[in-house]
Amino acid sequence: MSPNFIVSSSPHFHSGNNIKRIMYLVVIALLPALGGAIIFFGMKVLWLSLIGIFTAVIVELLSIKIGFGKTWKESLSRSFDGSAIITGLLIVYNIPPNAPFWIPIIGSAFAIIVVKQLFGGLGNNFLNPALAARAFLMASWPSLMTDFSPLAGNMRGAISGITNPNGLIDAVSSATPLNVLKSATRYLSDPSMHNKAVETINKLYSPEVFKSLFIGNIGGVIGETSALLLLLGAIMLLITGIIKLRIPMSYILTVFLLILLKEIFSGGELIIGLKAGLFHILAGGLILGAFFMATDYATCPITPVGQIIFGIGAGILTFLIRMWGGFPEGVSYSILLMNIFTPLINRFTKPRILGEKK
Amino acid sequence: MENQTSRWAYFTKGLIIENPVLILMIGLCPTLATSSTATDAVGMSAAVAFVLIGSNIVVSLLRKLIPSNVRIPIFIVIISTFVTIIDYVMQAYQPGLYSVLGIFVPLIVVNCIILGRAEGFAYKHGVLDSFLDGAGKSVGFFIAITTMGILRELLGKGTVFNIPVAWQGFRSMPILFFTLSPGAFLIIGILKAIINKTVGGKE
Repeated sequence: MSPNFIVSSSPHFHSGNNIKRIMYLVVIALLPALGGAIIFFGMKVLWLSLIGIFTAVIVELLSIKIGFGKTWKESLSRSFDGSAIITGLLIVYNIPPNAPFWIPIIGSAFAIIVVKQLFGGLGNNFLNPALAARAFLMASWPSLMTDFSPLAGNMRGAISGITNPNGLIDAVSSATPLNVLKSATRYLSDPSMHNKAVETINKLYSPEVFKSLFIGNIGGVIGETSALLLLLGAIMLLITGIIKLRIPMSYILTVFLLILLKEIFSGGELIIGLKAGLFHILAGGLILGAFFMATDYATCPITPVGQIIFGIGAGILTFLIRMWGGFPEGVSYSILLMNIFTPLINRFTKPRILGEKK
Repeated sequence: MENQTSRWAYFTKGLIIENPVLILMIGLCPTLATSSTATDAVGMSAAVAFVLIGSNIVVSLLRKLIPSNVRIPIFIVIISTFVTIIDYVMQAYQPGLYSVLGIFVPLIVVNCIILGRAEGFAYKHGVLDSFLDGAGKSVGFFIAITTMGILRELLGKGTVFNIPVAWQGFRSMPILFFTLSPGAFLIIGILKAIINKTVGGKE
C-alpha cells in the first residue's frame, strides 16, 4: 500500500499486512502439500512447479512492463508480490503429475495474460486465474489432464488395489478415488455387475482407504491428494488471519450434508451416509479448493453473509456435478461459476447504511 | 443526387469503419457459432452475402410500396425467401457444409445484420446504394468471421482451410479450447480489443 493512501487524522494502527506478506504467507501455506506431492509422485512434481511459477512470474513481469508501460523497477516489484507465484503454484496443483512440461507453461501464461492482466491485473480479475487456466487446459487437452496412471515406482498404491477388483474398473484409464466411485456407481444399476460394484464401494469406504485419503497416498492432481498437509497450511492461514473460516466451512459442510441427505433418502444407513460424506470431503480437490481457491480475495464476496452464500452455492454445485455430472470432480467448475456470481452476491448482501430507510 | 465517391463509401464503410461484427456488434451469434473452421466461416459468409445483397435489393425496390406499419413482417418474408433459396441450394450442392452449418442457415432469417440493413438502410435508399451497402456489409462480415475461422482452426486444429500448417506434434495435440465455444468468445474479445485500439476507439 502506498503511503499517500492514508487519509484521515485519527490515530491508526497498521496491521502490518500488505500484499507481499499475505501472498508469501499463502505460498508458505501451500508448501507442505508440495512436499507431500514430491514424496508421493517423485521429483518431477518439483520441476513442474518451478516451471509453472517461473512462467507465471516472467509473463506477469512482461505484461506489466509492456501492457501497462511501467518502469522495470516497478514491474519487477509488482511481479514478485507473490500473487503470480501463487497462481503458478496452484496451476501445477491442478494438473496430474503425468502432465508434460509444457502444460504448466501454457496454463500459467493463459492465467496471467488472459484471466488476470487483460482484466486489469491484481485484484481486478473476475475469475480465479488458476482455476480458469485449469478449465482451459481441461477443455484443450482432456486426455492429458485426466491421465492419473501412476508414475513408475512412486505410487505406494492403496488405491491401486481397488481400481481393479476382479476387472470391474478395468475400462477406466485413471485412478482417482472419485473416478473409481463414479464408475462403480454407474455399474450399480447393471444387474450383472451390481455385486461387484457394491463390493468396490465398500472397499472405498474402508478405514485403510480413508487413511490413505487423509495422508495423500492416492491418485489425483498434484496438490489435492493430501488432506493432512493441505489442512496444515490452511490452519496456518487461519491463525494468521489471512483467510476466514466462512467460505471453507460453509462449502465443505454443504457438500457433506447434501451427500449425507442423499444417502439417507436413497435408503442407506446413517453410518454409510456419514462415510460417504467424509469420503467426498477427503477425496478430490474439495479441501484444496475450499481453503486455497474459493477464498481468493478478488473473486469471492466481501460481506460475511455473501461469503456464506458463496460457500453454500459452491457446495451445491460441487454436489450436483459429482453426483449427476459428466465429470467425477466438480470443485473447480463450481468455484468458477460462483466467481461469476460474486458481484451479484455482493450487491444483494450490501449492508444497509446507518439511518437508511428500507 | 449523390456523387460517385460518396456512393463508393457505402461499400467501403462496411469493411472496417462500420464492420457489422467488429464495430456494430451485430450478428454475433452466427459469428461465434459457425467460425470453428475457416471453411465453415467462408460458407457461412457466402450464404449471408447472398441473402443480404438479395434482400437489400428487393427491399429497396419495393420501398415505396411497403407500408411502414407492417414493414418488419414484409422484410422478414423477403429475407426468408432468400434464406429458403440458399438453404435448398446448399443442401443440394454442398451437403457437407450444410450439415456442419445446420440450424444456422435457416437462422439467417433472424440475423441482425440483414434485418438491420433492410430497416436501417435499404428502406430509405436507392437500389444501387442498397446493393453497395449490402455488398460492403457482406464483405465486412466475411472479413470478421473468416479471420475468426482462420485463427480458431489454426489454434484448435493446426490447419487452415483443412491444409495442415502447424507441425505434426501440434496437430496431434492442438489447443481444442479454440474450436469450442469459449474459444470463440475469447477470440472475438481479442479481435474487438485490437479494433478498438486501432480504428474503432476514436468515436
